[in-house]
Amino acid sequence: MRYVVIGAGPAGVTAAETLRAQDPQGEVILIGGEPEPAYSRMAIPYFLSNKIEEQGTYLRHDTEHLDKLGIKQMRHRVTGLDATAKKLSLEGADPISFDRLLLATGSNPLKPPIEGLDQPGVHHCWTLEDARNIVKYAEPGSRVVLLGAGFIGCIIMEALVERGVKLTVVEMGDRMVPRMMDQASGNLIKQWCIDKGVTVHTSTRILGIEANKSGNARFLLKCDPIDSIEADLVVAAAGVKPATGFLEQSGLKIAQGVVVNEYLESSVSGIYAAGDVCEGIDWGTGELAVHAIQPVAAETGRIAALNMVGKVTPYPGSMAMNVLDTLGLISVSYGQWMGVDGGDEAHLINESAYRYIKLQFEEDRLIGAITLGMTEHVGVLRGLIQSGIRLGKWKDMLMQDPTCIMEAYLGATHLNS
Amino acid sequence: MSWQKKILRVNLTEGTCTAEPLNMQWAADYLGQRGLGSKYLVEEVDPQVDPLSPDNKLIFATGPLTGTPASTGARYSVITKGALTGAIACSNSGGYFGAELKFAGWDMIIFEGKAPKPVYLYIHDDNAELIAADEIWGKSVWDADKILHAKHQDPQLKISAIGRSGEEGVMFACIVNDLHRAAGRSGVGTVMGSKNLKAVAVRGTKGVSVKDPVRFMQTVAEKKQILAGNPVTGQGLPTYGTQVLMNVVNEVGALPTNNAKAVQFDGASNISGEAMHEPRGSENKANLVTNQACFGCTIACGRIARVDKEHYTVKNRPEYWGASGGLEYENAWSLGADCGVDDLDALTFANFIANEQGFDPITFGATLAAAMELYEMGVITDEDTGGVKLNFGSAEALTTMAEQVGKGEGFGKILGLGSKRLCEKYGHPDLSMSVKGQEFPAYDPRGIQGMGLTYATSNRGACHLRSYTVASEILGIPEKTDPLVTEGKAGLVKAFQDATAAVDSSGLCVFTTFAWTLEDFYPQIDAACDGEWTLERLAQTGERIWNMERQFNLAAGFTAKDDTLPKRLLTEPAASGPAKGKVSGLGKMLPEYYELRGWTPEGVPTPDTLQNLGLS
Amino acid sequence: MQRSLYISPDKCTGCLQCEMACSYENEGNFNPAKSRIKVFSFHSEGRFVPYTCTQCDEAWCKSACPTEAITLDATTGAKIVNDGLCVGCKVCTIACPFGTINYNATSGKVMKCDLCGGDPACAKACPTQAITYIDAEGTGYDKMRAWAQRTDTQSAAQA
Repeated sequence: MRYVVIGAGPAGVTAAETLRAQDPQGEVILIGGEPEPAYSRMAIPYFLSNKIEEQGTYLRHDTEHLDKLGIKQMRHRVTGLDATAKKLSLEGADPISFDRLLLATGSNPLKPPIEGLDQPGVHHCWTLEDARNIVKYAEPGSRVVLLGAGFIGCIIMEALVERGVKLTVVEMGDRMVPRMMDQASGNLIKQWCIDKGVTVHTSTRILGIEANKSGNARFLLKCDPIDSIEADLVVAAAGVKPATGFLEQSGLKIAQGVVVNEYLESSVSGIYAAGDVCEGIDWGTGELAVHAIQPVAAETGRIAALNMVGKVTPYPGSMAMNVLDTLGLISVSYGQWMGVDGGDEAHLINESAYRYIKLQFEEDRLIGAITLGMTEHVGVLRGLIQSGIRLGKWKDMLMQDPTCIMEAYLGATHLNS
Repeated sequence: MSWQKKILRVNLTEGTCTAEPLNMQWAADYLGQRGLGSKYLVEEVDPQVDPLSPDNKLIFATGPLTGTPASTGARYSVITKGALTGAIACSNSGGYFGAELKFAGWDMIIFEGKAPKPVYLYIHDDNAELIAADEIWGKSVWDADKILHAKHQDPQLKISAIGRSGEEGVMFACIVNDLHRAAGRSGVGTVMGSKNLKAVAVRGTKGVSVKDPVRFMQTVAEKKQILAGNPVTGQGLPTYGTQVLMNVVNEVGALPTNNAKAVQFDGASNISGEAMHEPRGSENKANLVTNQACFGCTIACGRIARVDKEHYTVKNRPEYWGASGGLEYENAWSLGADCGVDDLDALTFANFIANEQGFDPITFGATLAAAMELYEMGVITDEDTGGVKLNFGSAEALTTMAEQVGKGEGFGKILGLGSKRLCEKYGHPDLSMSVKGQEFPAYDPRGIQGMGLTYATSNRGACHLRSYTVASEILGIPEKTDPLVTEGKAGLVKAFQDATAAVDSSGLCVFTTFAWTLEDFYPQIDAACDGEWTLERLAQTGERIWNMERQFNLAAGFTAKDDTLPKRLLTEPAASGPAKGKVSGLGKMLPEYYELRGWTPEGVPTPDTLQNLGLS
Repeated sequence: MQRSLYISPDKCTGCLQCEMACSYENEGNFNPAKSRIKVFSFHSEGRFVPYTCTQCDEAWCKSACPTEAITLDATTGAKIVNDGLCVGCKVCTIACPFGTINYNATSGKVMKCDLCGGDPACAKACPTQAITYIDAEGTGYDKMRAWAQRTDTQSAAQA
């Protein structure tokens, strides 16, 4: 049995390890597109801010880890998939066949339709190579414009500020991190960044990037509705989309990502998907969704591998969950933080202390949450949401003081009364 | 080490919070908490000051062992010139607040002046700020606690606050932390209220270090074993709390009953520690839910109790159905025996109200008892009380008045004066069972002679916690003495007073002294604190503190004439029990006590005494 | 036989000796805010519940870690944070459904119970045996595991 895994990120590596553990005889091939050992994007910001060496971003620290497991590694770009013939075409190498295939190609950065985005001096922040470039060009005192205040934009902000650049953030949405934070928390994060010396423009579009227009800056960014901004370096972090480009001719069902069933299998038997590239069932809503987050990558990598070796293991769906550290302000969001019709919401806000918590309930079950400035026991929000436990009277306590999540959890599970 | 070496000075008038270094010479001489806080008060406050004026100061002080694993390292004291007494006041509390203040990096907070508008102090580690108390002023301690936890979004925040009693000028208002632990006596909460200071909310994440951690950990582990193996601290207190004493003290005929008209109470067994364990009421559940420890305490004497849901006090009032701080012996006595009430649920409810609104249940019960006597004499009338019949034995009178005092309303305003002012107001000053303005607690000096001298000489007004000779006279700790004799009691009282002053300055709880002596304290202090701490040094520190407090009181205008007891205890013999026919023999003990203290016959420390103690 | 921390909330008095012992063991001073075990109090119930990592088989924290900073101690079964590898990304803190791995802003790393290498300080410090370190097969531990199973949707789905 030959298993091929495309993509050497958390999903792909976890899957390859699981395949090896489950099927010691099978042939496991891991194809990576980048010229580095498997690394973790979550660690890139810490590399950017010099807190760790490049090696610190590696997913597995033993450089021979995969070799020792007998996992064959190939460094090629995959250019196409023939699902019927079970064959992959590779750039600069002969095609390779497979019995079972896992698509774990992750995401690619979104390129917003901005004139002048593709030119030297404009960098995406996605790969380790991108990070190296940003480190190289973000000199102290230089004017850096960060395009997009989403998750990626926010986590690299600290690294940029620490490098001593003059940072301006431009976000199309009406608040920061609009996909994981509500209005109140997004605004608080914005205010926090402004207090830390960052210039933030929300509800602002960049229309074009023109080079060498101004005498004293490399770029001039035309904006709407504000005046043009001068910049020495532009970092684009406008979001990501599943890396499905090479699958266009494959016949696989693709929506935003590769659509999978509850066994993480695509529309073609024997071909699976995991991590950022897969579009599976959202645990909360039951609808299809892409959850491009680290824990989901590791979990789906493992479950997909189990199904690939014939251990039938349904995946109940993924939940949106994010933790973000924006210049030291820690924010977390889970599940259906926007709430549902007929549900209840509890929230507390203390603007001067930059603290916020919001819980969303359906009947007496927790279904979503946002916290700002809270680091203690936040994981239990996941436990409460995912277990669907009925909170009974403990919900009333949370409606009064939503910070008592541990008490509610322990009360509902460990106290018999 | 062990001290954080930093104090917070809060000028309420100016609205400023300033950090300053702890005076380490004073720390070396006065250890911490009671001793060190009192030293600051003595140095900074004119003894003649009106306790409720902005010139009085209010000091929250921890000890060097507060916030360490030394058993019972929870304590903090509030030191001020007492509102109720006009004497130096030092009220000691457990719970979690004291340790949290220490973890935030502070040994002490000194409040001075008066805030122009109600404020509370919020401390998060090094950051301290005064914040307008608009949303909590006028609220109970319990409501303020909820509101501040939610406002600061921190379930771990520890809060010490006054309730409505403290705002309304009830003279025996206390300061309640962690919902039901209190710096209870002498009206320290009244002083806090007079400063427009509603609460202190603290969160500490910095921790505490000690001088020699390895030796410290070994020593405190050995000492914990002693507590665990002792019948009082290992079994009696965890099982029954201080309420273990109710039946015992009633048996020996030293349970003041009906404003100390009697020394035994027929209903004692109904309100005892044993009774708290008995299933009763509509749900057939015991009053006692569990015992609780304060921070770091391996004894866990605290009572967590509930009122039966069908009891008249809480029927249709679900906010009182949950468990909270239950009856300690002193409170069961003051609310119960002294008022002649034996309804355990009514007592528990009144105790809840005392915690919720922040007043001292000892003074409250003893004041109500005096009012009941005056009512039965016809001096206080239904007109005064708004129709409430203040008869001895009336549970309804007790709980109604508790609620009125809590809010400073109705006849509660008069009761809120405390028994001394109330009895003076009605022309019968002798009926106040108080010394230096403070009501004595649950041990009748006619049946336990040493306690008469204890009350008469206590620097904060009558109090059992300044020299708990009950330990020796009733429990035989460290050795049994006869409670009915006066011989040897002067020496016993002095020894207990000095040792207790040292213990109260360490950060540890005086209840450990059922099992520990200073021999057990000094090695723990020595392993934790800078310098060398010997038995002799610790004992002398206690004596120094006692004399310093005395000096303050003398300067405040107290004299030997104030070292006395209510006339009833000196002239009306006990009517029943082992002490039948006895009065307090204070007159025999007091001169001997002065002499042992190295004081003049007028009760003034001689220059030699002061010099020997480094106080001149 | 591997052992586990077994917690009997009904015996807990809320003294927090465990929190001091834990912080002393791990941080070198007495600092409950940095304790890996926390006692939660239920005032109106009169109950205290000490709570820490159960070293669950699922090891949500470990699988979520993007830098392999959380590893398994084969002797004790503990999941251990390697401070040298932890970058402080906090993904484990939201992945753990028990809330027992937390970010320590002072160190910039996460912290969790590591069973003190097989001699947990909290259990030694507990004066009432509310926290004991016993054979993993001990009866009551199953209860905590059962909760872990319920939260672990994957194994729940398999069952």
